[in-house]
Amino acid sequence: MAQPLVKKDDDRDDEADYSPFLGIEKGAVLQEARVFNDPQLDPRRCSQVITKLLYLLNQGETFTKVEATEVFFAVTKLFQSKDTGLRRMVYLMIKELSPSADEVIIVTSSLMKDMNSKTDMYRANAIRVLCRITDGTLLTQIERYLKQAIVDKNPVVASAALVSGVHILQTNPEIVKRWSNEVQEAVQSRAALVQFHALALLHQIRQNDRLAVSKLVTSLTRGTVRSPLAQCLLIRYTSQVIRESSQNPQTGDRPFYDYLEACLRHKAEMVIFEAARAITELSGVTSRELTPAITVLQLFLSSSKPVLRFAAVRTLNKVAMTHPLAVTNCNIDMESLISDQNRSIATLAITTLLKTGNESSVDRLMKQITNFMSDIADEFKIVVVEAIRSLCLKFPLKYRSLMNFLSNILREEGGFEYKKAIVDSIVILIRDIPDAKESGLFHLCEFIEDCEFTYLSTQILHFLGNEGPKTSDPSKYIRYIYNRVILENPTVRASAVSTLAKFGALVDALKRVD
Amino acid sequence: MGAEPCESFPLIKNILLLDSEGQRVAVKYYSDDWSTLNAKLAFEKSVFAKTQKTSARTEAEITMFDDYVVVYKFVQDLHFFVTGGSEENELILSSVLQGFCDAVGLLLRNSVDKRTALENLDLILLCIDEIVDGGIILETDGSAIAGKVASNGIDGGASLSEQTISQALATAREHLARSLLK
Repeated sequence: MAQPLVKKDDDRDDEADYSPFLGIEKGAVLQEARVFNDPQLDPRRCSQVITKLLYLLNQGETFTKVEATEVFFAVTKLFQSKDTGLRRMVYLMIKELSPSADEVIIVTSSLMKDMNSKTDMYRANAIRVLCRITDGTLLTQIERYLKQAIVDKNPVVASAALVSGVHILQTNPEIVKRWSNEVQEAVQSRAALVQFHALALLHQIRQNDRLAVSKLVTSLTRGTVRSPLAQCLLIRYTSQVIRESSQNPQTGDRPFYDYLEACLRHKAEMVIFEAARAITELSGVTSRELTPAITVLQLFLSSSKPVLRFAAVRTLNKVAMTHPLAVTNCNIDMESLISDQNRSIATLAITTLLKTGNESSVDRLMKQITNFMSDIADEFKIVVVEAIRSLCLKFPLKYRSLMNFLSNILREEGGFEYKKAIVDSIVILIRDIPDAKESGLFHLCEFIEDCEFTYLSTQILHFLGNEGPKTSDPSKYIRYIYNRVILENPTVRASAVSTLAKFGALVDALKRVD
Repeated sequence: MGAEPCESFPLIKNILLLDSEGQRVAVKYYSDDWSTLNAKLAFEKSVFAKTQKTSARTEAEITMFDDYVVVYKFVQDLHFFVTGGSEENELILSSVLQGFCDAVGLLLRNSVDKRTALENLDLILLCIDEIVDGGIILETDGSAIAGKVASNGIDGGASLSEQTISQALATAREHLARSLLK
């Protein structure tokens, strides 16, 4: 017996790479699809072939128009089988193939039959397939069935019709608008998701009618909402109504604010969050209105779930842009997020703190950030750099520690975009904070001694040429510029020469250089 | 001033099931944002690279890049992703992810690994089909999703009883027994 040439390691690799689709090839599977034409259909076999076809499509394989048509026609034969598992796969396949209008006609009667089937699963899926593949003319034919389906006792059937309605509304709105009564009825459904889908559709139908939306919101905020998803929708529609109405002049309270505030106490987190976010996005929101929302978001900051922490810190970050004082209560929780495993959360926490921090906390923040910077990727670093720039403009007296920080990170490892962000920040600080000019220019000079990016070196030299001559002692900068004339590549050398020329032209005292 | 208000229903942009090397097991896109295959593959590569080094096993994790929010979870050698727009409610995305993971767990009878998933690809594809339709969320409850996939009739009632689940899983077991090898 021959020794197997395959090593033990290879055996293990084969095991790991094992796939039921190993070696699968489009041509072979299309050949296999011929079994769909057999008079005696084998449902198992046909399902397997469909799975392989779907696998190919999922992996990015494409069918030519001819192949797609052939497969489609072959698949339509499968309606003859009563096997429910196979029928499910047929529905999936038809949706993937996206048949053209004249191909669709072949399956219309089969699908319409399924739409009236006693089997709920057939009704629900046939509706979804039909609505996906048909156009306006056929839709009017099946409209009657769709309207019935919307108020069907089976919630899966009703949802299928409602969701299809939302899609059809994009292309044939006049058809769907005729279903308003049925959709209204579905909004009152006891089935949680049916109400959700009905609400979405009804709002879409009515969205340009302010009064209608307002009435819808009024009745539902007083009625029973049966799912967190529907509650989230209602919160969004309520925000829309608030935005479009004017404040109540007597009490000064916004309409429906109470409803939003009550949602902060809902048991589903997605609802609490949706309400908190909606409150923070109210136009002209006051601190009093913000407070309960921020309290709830603050609690999320210490959740064990990263998704909650992220959602909360992202929202608070936005609030801090316009209402920094409202967020300062969260500073302690934010500071502990600086070491969060999730670096997106950590970056958002830092940039929020940079917006809400006061002058006395700047130094402490800078210390924490220094440790933090080495841990994060360039794209996050850029966000932090920009936040530091804003902070420095807010507290110009703190320019020393902030400028030091910027020059330190400029010296460390980093990509072009990151270094550019730092240089841009230093340039802005130099322009806007007169006291910072000298140290800023000095840091830039030091940077170009060891800068790997020609673009940045030339930009800085150009900037030096404009600003240097205006300083109290321009000669300080000559050495740095002169070294660039000698040591760099041609582009930078040329730039350095023009800079020297500017100095020479503008500063009388330097006109004779030794 | 402030963020663009989100007045529409929550929209899912894509659902991805990748293996531990970032290769596709099953994916479904619901948005024109990635109109070519290359665009989709580039997105999958980005999202995989960005999340590879994180540990999203006990709790769902979340990341953001370009204009998208992605929630994700790793189970054995499978990586589950759900993507939404940048203004989407992250907790809604998270509930879709949870439903997806739970349903797959039920359908694969807790053997949530790449090999079992591929051997039951039909169940996975049907599962995804029952969660989102054209970007609109159909269902987020894992047992409801699994029930719709595995059973050949749907109850009129809202949630499935234990009895129905085992009936449903018996059918799933039938699928499992089928070999997809030639």
